[in-house]
Amino acid sequence: MATEQTQVLGRALLTPAVALLFIWMIVPLAMTIYFSTLHYSLLDAETWSFVGLENFRYFLTDPAFLTALRNTLVLVGSVLAITILLGTPLALLLDQQVVGRSVVRLMVIAPFFVMPTVSALVWKNLLMHPVSGLFAWIATLVGATPIDWFNDVPLLAVILIVAWQWLPFATLILLTALQSQDEEQKEAAEMDGASAVSTFIYLTLPHLARPITVVILIETIFLLTVFAEIFVTTGGGPGLATTNIAFLIYQQALVQYDVGNASAGGLVAVVIANIVAFFLVRIVGRNLEA
Amino acid sequence: MARKVTARRVWVSTAAAWLFGFLIFLPILWMVLTSFKTELEAFSMPPKFLLFHWTTENYTTVQERSDYVHHALNSIIIAGGSTLIAMIIAIPAAWSMAFAPTKRTKDVLLWMLSTKMMPSVGVLVPIYLIFRDFGLLDTRAGLVMILCLGNLPIVIWMLFTYFKEIPKDILEAARMDGATIGRELVYVLTPMAVPGLASTLLLNFILAWNEAFWTLNLSTLEAAPLTTFIASYSSPEGLFWAKLSAASTLAIAPIIILGWFTQRQLVRGLTFGAVK
Repeated sequence: MATEQTQVLGRALLTPAVALLFIWMIVPLAMTIYFSTLHYSLLDAETWSFVGLENFRYFLTDPAFLTALRNTLVLVGSVLAITILLGTPLALLLDQQVVGRSVVRLMVIAPFFVMPTVSALVWKNLLMHPVSGLFAWIATLVGATPIDWFNDVPLLAVILIVAWQWLPFATLILLTALQSQDEEQKEAAEMDGASAVSTFIYLTLPHLARPITVVILIETIFLLTVFAEIFVTTGGGPGLATTNIAFLIYQQALVQYDVGNASAGGLVAVVIANIVAFFLVRIVGRNLEA
Repeated sequence: MARKVTARRVWVSTAAAWLFGFLIFLPILWMVLTSFKTELEAFSMPPKFLLFHWTTENYTTVQERSDYVHHALNSIIIAGGSTLIAMIIAIPAAWSMAFAPTKRTKDVLLWMLSTKMMPSVGVLVPIYLIFRDFGLLDTRAGLVMILCLGNLPIVIWMLFTYFKEIPKDILEAARMDGATIGRELVYVLTPMAVPGLASTLLLNFILAWNEAFWTLNLSTLEAAPLTTFIASYSSPEGLFWAKLSAASTLAIAPIIILGWFTQRQLVRGLTFGAVK
């Protein structure tokens, strides 16, 4: 196939990318591992000492870690559930004959391109503000008491913001998958007298299985490290109510300057993400063969 | 071909689709409307939808008070710079893996992707310390570097996906006709690769433009792009809704428009062709 000449050329062209990514991966990771074994605070940088696995013991037994882990899982799980349970019907709807479909499509996917700091602030101030937000006005219209979102249900408020940003992604991918579905098969099923519901369950749903898996895995990678939305709206609070693992590590590193502990936390985050990545790489890898 | 459906069904799906589309778009629409209100009307209850005193004053104040242009320029330099450098490194790499694959190519690709699985927060501490020691905190160069490396695996993967779809037969035919590698590149490959290159470029510009974790943690003022600039409105003294809305509208408008143009490539790019 490829000549020896192109092989040599190919290797030469590949080297810069591989070298850079290797350094980018290995240097910070090695440093993180090293720091995680130290008692090292930026406030008192002179007196650092080797403490072995003490930081890990401290980080993992800290009640804040368990709360952050729980918040992370609730956040990831809820956003996944919302985006898929709403995204599927929305994609099915956009797959129908709709007048002005391209305009609707543009409206639906727009949130995905809004930078996280903007969507966080717009939701917090313009929509969820307990006195003069749009939601408060709607609540008073229907005679309900407006909710003080970030005080009463802070985690739910963050979940809604993040779900709004990721719903377009799920919808767009499911819609693309639907449009590649075999129309003749659906038509045949219809002629055989299959109801819309059974067509959906026996034909469409199996067809969507793969894109749904892709959505779950890719969203999970990003949702595990949600940061800007929390940073801008609640700062992790009240208390620890909206602190996820990413935010906890940020606080220990750049607010409390506890490098050792933050590094241990960072490695815990790396391990959690890699468990998820393991499955993603397998699925994407399988696709690579085809 | 589209199946025949009744007019009533089209009407029902149209109404439902527009309703949901409008609800999802509402926060953005509301933000744009608020940006044209006075601060007083931005807070008013009941809210004013269209019948308010339209003004473009907020847009000028945003610039005067906090130098929006400075931050927008940072965004352009950081997102543009990191995208360009990533492309320069990624094009040869993706080209070589797509056209001169070896036994290890698949492993290399998966390894590259795995570097993306390392959550940024996991390496925040060493990057912060390296940046501090090398004087890279709050510099554009530092952010260009970090965003370039962060996006590199995705850029390589997207380009690889596109390059692989270029039919090899055409290349072989060109070679049979005696084309040199140089001619092959210029007259055969490049024209077919341009659409893929363009959408990779745009998508990575969008990703870099919206990136918030590194920009929030590594920049304060000098190199702060729009993500960081907008976040400064979260402090209590910055509570000006109309101005916040104007700044936000300016920050997201270009990227939403770019995003609309690239929506089809987005699916292929972000799922690495796993969804067609």
